[in-house]
This record gives sequence, structure tokens and C-alpha cells, in this order.
Amino acid sequence: MTGDMLINYALGILFFPLISFIILIFVGKRLPRQGDVVGIGTIILTLILSLAMFGSMLLSHDPGFRHEASFTWIDLGDFEIRLGFLIDNITIIMLLVVSLISTMTHIFSTKYMEGDIRYSRYYAYLGLFTFSMNGIVLANNLVSLYIFWELVGVSSYLLIGHWFEKDSAADASKKAFLTNRVGDIGFFIGLMLVFTALGTFNYAEVFEGVAKGAISGTLLTFAGIGLFMGAVGKSSQFPLHIWLPDAMEGPTPVSALMHAATMVAAGVYLSVRLFPLFTPEALLFIAYTGGFTAIFAATIAITQNDIKKVLAYSTISQLGYMILAVGTGAYVAGFFHLVTHAMFKACLFYGSGSVIHAMHHALHNLKDHDTDPQDMRNMGGFKSKMPITYWTMLVATLAISGVPLFSGFLSKDAILAGTLSFASHHPQHFLLPVFGFSAALITAFYMFRLIFMTFHNQPKLPNVYSDIHESPKPMVFPLILLSSLSVFIFYTLPYFNPLSDHGWFMELIKAKDSMVPGSPSAHDIAEGMHHSHTLTMILSILVASLGILLSWAVYIKNSVSADNWSKRLDLYYNLSLNKYYFDENYNKYLYQPFLRLANRVSYIDWDLYDKYFINGFGHITKWLSSVTGRIDYDGLDQTIVDGLGRSMGKAGSSLKEIQTGRLQNYMLFALFGVIIIIIFQSF
Amino acid sequence: MDNILSWIIWIPVLGMVAIAFIPREKQDLIKQVAAVTTGIQLLVAIVLWSTFDATNGTFQFMERAEWIPSLGISYILGIDGLSLPMVALNALIIFIGVFVSWNIDRAVKGYFALFLLLDTGIMGVFLSLDFFLFYVFWEVMLLPMYFLIGMWGGPQREYAAIKFFLYTLFGSVLMLIALLALYFACGETFDMQLMIERAPFALDGVVWWGMSAIKVIWVLLFIGFAIKVPVFPFHTWLPLAHVEAPTAISVVLAGILLKLGVYGMLRINYTMLPDAVWWFSGALAFLGMINVIWGAMCALAQKDLKKMVAYSSINHMGYLLLGMAAVIAGGSANGSNLMAAQAGMNGAVFQMFNHGTISAMLFILVGVIYDQAHHRDIEGFGGLASQMPIYTAIVALAFFAGLGLPGLSGFVSEAMCLIGAFPVFRTIVIISTIGILLNAAYFLWAFQRMFFGKLNEKYTKLVDINNRELFTVIPLLVITIFLGIYPRPFLDMIKETMSILIDQVVVVGGIAGIF
Repeated sequence: MTGDMLINYALGILFFPLISFIILIFVGKRLPRQGDVVGIGTIILTLILSLAMFGSMLLSHDPGFRHEASFTWIDLGDFEIRLGFLIDNITIIMLLVVSLISTMTHIFSTKYMEGDIRYSRYYAYLGLFTFSMNGIVLANNLVSLYIFWELVGVSSYLLIGHWFEKDSAADASKKAFLTNRVGDIGFFIGLMLVFTALGTFNYAEVFEGVAKGAISGTLLTFAGIGLFMGAVGKSSQFPLHIWLPDAMEGPTPVSALMHAATMVAAGVYLSVRLFPLFTPEALLFIAYTGGFTAIFAATIAITQNDIKKVLAYSTISQLGYMILAVGTGAYVAGFFHLVTHAMFKACLFYGSGSVIHAMHHALHNLKDHDTDPQDMRNMGGFKSKMPITYWTMLVATLAISGVPLFSGFLSKDAILAGTLSFASHHPQHFLLPVFGFSAALITAFYMFRLIFMTFHNQPKLPNVYSDIHESPKPMVFPLILLSSLSVFIFYTLPYFNPLSDHGWFMELIKAKDSMVPGSPSAHDIAEGMHHSHTLTMILSILVASLGILLSWAVYIKNSVSADNWSKRLDLYYNLSLNKYYFDENYNKYLYQPFLRLANRVSYIDWDLYDKYFINGFGHITKWLSSVTGRIDYDGLDQTIVDGLGRSMGKAGSSLKEIQTGRLQNYMLFALFGVIIIIIFQSF
Repeated sequence: MDNILSWIIWIPVLGMVAIAFIPREKQDLIKQVAAVTTGIQLLVAIVLWSTFDATNGTFQFMERAEWIPSLGISYILGIDGLSLPMVALNALIIFIGVFVSWNIDRAVKGYFALFLLLDTGIMGVFLSLDFFLFYVFWEVMLLPMYFLIGMWGGPQREYAAIKFFLYTLFGSVLMLIALLALYFACGETFDMQLMIERAPFALDGVVWWGMSAIKVIWVLLFIGFAIKVPVFPFHTWLPLAHVEAPTAISVVLAGILLKLGVYGMLRINYTMLPDAVWWFSGALAFLGMINVIWGAMCALAQKDLKKMVAYSSINHMGYLLLGMAAVIAGGSANGSNLMAAQAGMNGAVFQMFNHGTISAMLFILVGVIYDQAHHRDIEGFGGLASQMPIYTAIVALAFFAGLGLPGLSGFVSEAMCLIGAFPVFRTIVIISTIGILLNAAYFLWAFQRMFFGKLNEKYTKLVDINNRELFTVIPLLVITIFLGIYPRPFLDMIKETMSILIDQVVVVGGIAGIF
């Protein structure tokens, strides 16, 4: 396919979902099936176009492929902003991921959202989201990126708040938007730093400028960290991770699409795209942010009982992995994990959606509105009732735990090899692989905890259990498809070695050198990863098996009692269960004091400054005029002018006031006259 | 069309005269005359926009006539890329304002007559190229505003009106002093083009009471204009005036009147006293930052929706001041950065326009709910989204425009202002970016409290936005979206004039300069 054709395809991919949004928002309710067909139709078109692009990428097999097209958005002479598309292999793969998961969500939602009061609106917002997300993917410059970045934030706001009658949903949507904006402040400052130094927003031109040293040192480090702050917000990294678990208030298919597979991965995508401009210091910051988030979120996931919350913290942790990979220079591994994770995590979310759907129906039939359909403590034994959901979720769980033969093993392995190699060159950063491997251990443990608590053992609520059914076809189909895509072979073709990530993906996505002078070359990084590959593999298989084994021992064999351990580790257990009290502390030490400050400022402004200071001028003037009036009348007029005759004096002084001799006063009086006449006429 | 600028100024007066002859009982006829008059004016403004030569940044459609030759006062009109968007904005806002005022039922005749007089005053200010004429129109505009707030306003209308009047009059007095000083310094002429040529050199080195005359005049003019903008700490008349004014007057106040202050600074301070721009730009940027943060924090604390929107105006004007201050990047000590100067100055004028459309929209929407619920207490609503879905969607768009969402026009101009000011005022701009968060906070919080949650029982009888109200909002909404997606049609109209203005500050200010 020629470059221009690809641009046309990309335009289609970008705008079809937007068209769907516009149609549905205006006339959705009046269309048959409330217009979901419009949404599904356009998204399938988008998927077909993405597949075509993907096919042509595979056929041409050119790792260096790159095509750009721009138009002038603003041109003020010297100040110019050009917006446009960048299409390379990363873009094409990402477009396919977004379109595929979005299509699955559209299909899944036909049943999951059936009968919803705002069904049509829901599909409209899905279109808006897909449009914005593909915009991020296609951007070739920081301004487009920022624009779509925020639009994604809005679609997320709208979809999290889909059931806005619930206060928790409304709160969560606001929290998501505002937390993201905190990151966006950093993003914007980074963008201004880059532009001020280089006079361009275009990625390629920015990298060129960085290579030339037009921006370097601390300034570049700060610019990099600033831009990365955007990723911290969107990819829900510590300390801005607080919004993602709350975002689970949105419908589950939305959680799968946005808050697991694509939108939250945008931060990783940004870091991958901008990798060439990060200085070693900035990369270190990135690595520690990601590494810490990976382990931190995993330690929260381990105690959560809400099935979606477990998955949410697991997502944060996995995103931390990807960010960690970028930080250690293994950014291709990070991107690889983004793709594999999108498949199995979306699958897990659809699986949880399927379970919640079943629970919901069972509880509804029992007229039970108090039992929480998302609490795993109310489940158990669903394996026989929902076999497809069970098996597909199991496959995805094996993938996320890093078990060989599944995709997650390959990508996780690549990331861990990166950290290990990084630590072998910089032994002082030994913590990074420690974070990585322990997070892998904990992940395997809590993911199997989820599987065991939900699908194995005796049912906790027998009467609910008896009413549990497998979900309908439109919900099962995405599960089957995505769990299949969690098998290694789809990423290693045309090779069949389940232990090596060698395949089309790694052949088409080649790491590029950092543009920052003095950084290790992509070749050196790849070399280092290659050397630590075997050790990593052994270690990662070990930790994954250990995690699964422990989970089995605790939740199946009951040879270790979870209750006992939680009591023994009381302090830690409570910290983890309560998410380390981040929400409470932010509320207590940030939001509330800030709101109090705002109230204080407003009080100063209105009740002190305006009331006493500004109005004070008025009072002083009034007082002064009464004083001068008294002097004028009692003093001057009554005693001195008296002799000249009262009537004459009075007439004179009043005339004197009018006749100030200023043209403007005459005009003012004339105008006043006209206006007063008009007003009196009108009453 | 000959004398197109005179037409655009005086058409409303013709309407006013017509209204004066209509018996006061024929309220509908009065409204229709007002609508037709402003409609014609809007058409003329559209003609003006489409015939304006965007490649030429100097004054066009000039008109010149003697008025009081003995004092050097003439009737000179002209339009350039700075005044064109303001004239177009005013024509649109006033036209919409007539329909917003449609449910005025008290003293209709006086209301619309004053409304049209106000229109003439505003147009006159934007189009005058004689400083004296400018001043006259400035005062003409003040009076109808006083009566419109004071007679058709809310419970505290008289207090609000007199405060607005005295505050602005105070500014006018300072402006008058500066006007006379410039008049004598420039050889007794009020012709702005002559004054622009002469003033920077005539005043160079002149010292009054130990202070540079340029600085003194700059400060006098600045305060006069800053009150209108309003710049902190001259801002407290604004929330009061907004809260008390009837909806249409709030719309005009926020949509147009606030821009007059900025227009005055750019038209007079920047051209006649360019070297003081260098001296004052740091303070301007600093005040911009205070406006952004202070305005946002006050907005966050408000319980009254209209007051919140009023404070949001103060906040948005802050970005604009930052953009204006960026002009000195065009020739800063670290070398010339014309990119930044252009981004800042064009961004500032674009922000004037965008704030005009967005804040007008916000005030109309506040009026829509107030007319039905008879209160504006944010906490007093709740769950309106299910009761008034179209209204909710439009408010959401307006709020998102207010919080600077990309894809809507406010984002483009705010980003340009920040990007422009950044190279010269790095710390100030970084602090100001907190506004990005605060804007979102107060708008989204208000939105949640009004529209989300369970519907309040009291409001099950509210009806959705009606067609007349839609008619007033939709044009503004369309402009906001269009310019957010594709800002070039606007920016191409103003950029040549902005380049001339930047040159004036950088080159003339640099040569004559106090540096």
C-alpha cells in the first residue's frame, strides 16, 4: 500500500467513529435498536481498515516504514502549528488493537447494556472515545497528541458517569478527569519547554533538535519528566493512581475497553513515542515510577474482594510494568506488553462482566438488591455453570501470570530481561528487577485467587448459584476471541518457539536509538537483554509457579488459612485492604484544605476587600462631601456670603457647579436628559 | 457600501429613534424593531468581515470629517484586524441579546431604547480613530449600562448600578487626564494615527514630578482600562454587577464590555506608549497570573451559579493578560522570539473573542435555569440531567469550553497565550498552569452538583430549553466548536494587524525606549 493510501485509510479509521457519535447523539434514539447498529457498523468498518493496514504492514515487512502527512492548522507568520498523522508499524499495530477491542466492546455491550436507559447515548460515547483514542495513536506532533489526550479524558468522564444518578459514579467521573488534568499540567509545561527551545511540535523535528543539542541537560530532563507526567495521569501511575479503581463505576465493557486495554495504555504509548527525547535521568525517574507502581498496586490487589477492583489494581500494576520497561530502555518490550496485555486484560474484564451479568440476573430474580454482585465472597463454584467464561478467563489468567505458551510470558519476560540487564549495568538500581519479579509473583497469586474464589470451591450463596447461567453469545464471543489471542503463537509467527519472543512483532518493531547524546544505543540495550534472557526466563517461570502454587495452597487446599494470615499481618492487611488510605489522606490533606483556602480567598475578596476597602472609598467620599457641604453652606455661605444677599449667593453657587466649563460634562448632562426622557416615556 | 462604519455605528440610533415613536403598549412591535435593527447591523458586520482585506494590517474603510477643528477634534473612523473581530462579536452578541431580552415585560420601550444606545456606544469605541471621539463613545456606553442594571436588575440593582457607574467613572477620569496629556504632547491633535506616530517620541525623556511622563500616562490609562477588564485588584464590581444585571445585560457585559478594557490597552497603551510596555509587561504578566488563580479560587467557592461564572471571567481574562505581556518576547534581551510574541498577541485577541462567545453562552444558560427555578443556588439543584437533557448537553459543552477543552475555541487561545508568555515569564506561566486544573475543578464540580445525582422532587415540572433560548445559544455554540477545530479563518484576519502592533512595541518602543 502506498503512503497516501494509508493516510486515506487512517482518515477513515479516525472519522468513522466520529460520524457514528454525531449521528447517535442527535438522532440515536429514533433509530431502530436505538442506533447501536450505527455504532457497530462504523466500528466494523474501522476494524476492516485497520486490518487492511495491518495486512499491508505484514506483507511489506519493513521495520523502518514511516509515513507522515500534515496540514497547517495555525500560521501567524513565524508561529506555525502543523497537525498531522504519523504512520509507522507502531501506529498500525496500535490502531488494530484499539479497533479490535472497541469492536469487541460494541458487540459485548449489545447484551450487557440491553435495556439501559441511555443505551443510545452509550454507543455515541463509545464512538467519541474510539475517535479520540485513534487520534492519539495517529498524532505526529505534541499538539495533536494533547488535543486527543484531553478528548479521551472527556469520553472517559462521560462513560464513567454513564449512571450519573449514582453519586459514586458522578464522583468517580469527576475524579478521573481532574486527576488526569494534574498530569496534563506537567504535560503542558513539558510541551512549552520543548516548543520554546525548538520552535516545533513535530516529533521528528523535536528529536532532530534534541540530537543537535538544541535542548539538553536539566532542561531536557525536566521537559521529559513534564511530558511523562501526562502518562502518569492517564496510565494511572503512582501517585495519580487513585482515579482508576473508582473508574470501575462505569459499565464493565467500558472498563475493558478504556480502563484496561486502550485509554490507560495511552500513557505508555506516549512514553514509547517520546522515548528518544528522554535523558538518562528522566528515564530513571520513569523506571522508578513504573517499577514502584507495579509492586505497589499488586500489594493492593491481593486483598481486594470486588472482582473489578482486583482487575483495576492489576491493570495499574501491569501498566507500571510497561512504564518500567520504557525507563530501562527496553521500550519495545513495554509496547509488546501493551499489546498482549490489551488482549488478556480486556478478556478478563469481559469475563468479570459476564460473571457480574449472571450474578445481577440471579439476584434480580431473587429480588435481592442488597447483595453486591461484584463481591467475590458471594461467588464460588461458577466453573460448572459458566464453562466458557471460566476457561477463557483461565487462559487470560495464565497469560497475565506469565506462564509459558501464553503471550504474557513473552512480553513480561522481555520486560524483566530489560530490568535485569539494566541492573547488571547499574548495580545501584538493583531494586528495579526486585520490583519486577516480586510484582510477577504477587500477580500470579492474586489472579489465581480471583479464579479460585469465583469459579472453584463450594458456592457461597447456593440460592444465587442455582440461578447462574452462562452469558449469551454476543458476550461469549469476545471472550473466546481475546483468550485465543492470548496464546503465544499469534505473536511469534512464523516461528513456533513458545519460550522466545522472536517473531513478526519483534521483527517489525525495532528499537530506535535515543536521540539524547550519550545515551546507550538500542543495540547495546538489546545485547544486554539477550544476555540476561535465560536467567530471566528461569526466574520468571519460578516466581509464576510459586505464586500459582501459593494461591492453590491457600484457596483450594486450604492448607494455609488466609484468615489466619490476615490476622497475623493485621497492620499490613488493613493498609492493603484500604489502599494505603490514599483517598482518605488526599481528601484530608489536599482537597479539604484547598477548598477551605478557596472559601477563605472568596471571603477576603468579597466580604473584606470589597466591602471595606473598595466601599470604604465611597464612604470616605460621602463623608468628605458632607463636610465640604457644611463648610460651604454653614461657613462660607451663611457667614461670609450672607452680606451679599442670600438669594444671589445661592443661585451663583449652584450655577457654578453646573458651569464647570468642561465639554464632557455638558455632553453627559445632555445625554442624561435624553435618557431620562426616554425612560419616563416608557413607563 | 460607502461609510459602512458610520452605518454600523448609527443604525442602532435609528432603531432607537423609531422605538421612541412607538406607543409604549406595543411591546411586541418594540421588540421586533430592535430585532430588525440589530439584525441589519449584524448583516452589515458580516459584509464588513467578508470585504475586509486580511492581507492588509492597517486601517481600512477610513472615514474622516471635521467636528471641532479649533480643538483638533475630528470624526475619524477606521477598522483593522484588532477592531474587526470585536465589531463582529458585538454585532452578534447584541443581536442575540435582543432575543435573550424577549421576556422583559417592564418598561419595554425604555429598555430596548437604552439597549440600542449601548450598542452604538460600544461600536463607536471600537471604530473611533479620534481619541476624543473614542472618549465620548466610552461615556455614551456607560450611561445606558447604568440604567439597564439599575432599573431592570435584581434585588440589589441600585447598589450594583451605582457601584459600576462610579467605579467606571473613576477610570474615565484617569483616562481623561491621560487623554489631555497626550493631546498636548502630540501638538494638540486627537487624531489617533498622528498620536501613534508622535507620542512615543514627543514624550521621550519628559519627566513629571521626578517620574517619566510615559510611565505616568501609561499607568493612568492602564487603571482606566484595567477596571473594565477587570484586572485584579479592580475587579470586585464585576461579580456584583453580573449577579444583579438582567440576563441579556450580563451577556453583553461579559461578552463585550470586558473586552473594551483590553481593546483600549492594545489600541492606545501599546501603540502610543510602546516603551512603557517593556517597563510594565512584568507587572502585566504577574497580574495575569493573579487573575487566573484568584479568579479560579473564588469561582470554586461560589454557591451562586452566576457569581461563579462571573469569577470565571476574571480567571479567563488572566490568560489574556499573559498573552498580551508576551509581546516583549519579540525583542527580549535574550534575542528576538517573534514566534512567542505572535502566539501571545494573537492568542490574546483570539481569547477576547472566544471569551466573548463562551461567557455569553454561559450567562444565557444561567438565565435559562433562573427563569424557571427562580434561584441560582448550585447546591439547590441536582439530577437535572434526566429532567432537561438538551439543556444539560448544551451546558456541558459550554462548561467544557470554559474549562479549555481541546476541540473548543477557548483551548486554542488559552494555549497560545500560555505558550507565548512562557519564554519570557517562565515561572509566572508555570504557576498559571495550575489554572488548567482549577478551571476544570469549579466547572465540573458545579456541573455535578446541578445535573448529576437523583432529581430533586421540586424540579419534576421543569421543562427543557425552549426554541427561543436555543436560537440564542446555538450560533455561539457553533462558533465555539468551529474555531476550536479550525481557528485559521479567525487568526488569518487578525495576524497582519498583530504583526504591526508587535513591530510598534518592539521596534518603536525599542528605539524611543527608556532602556
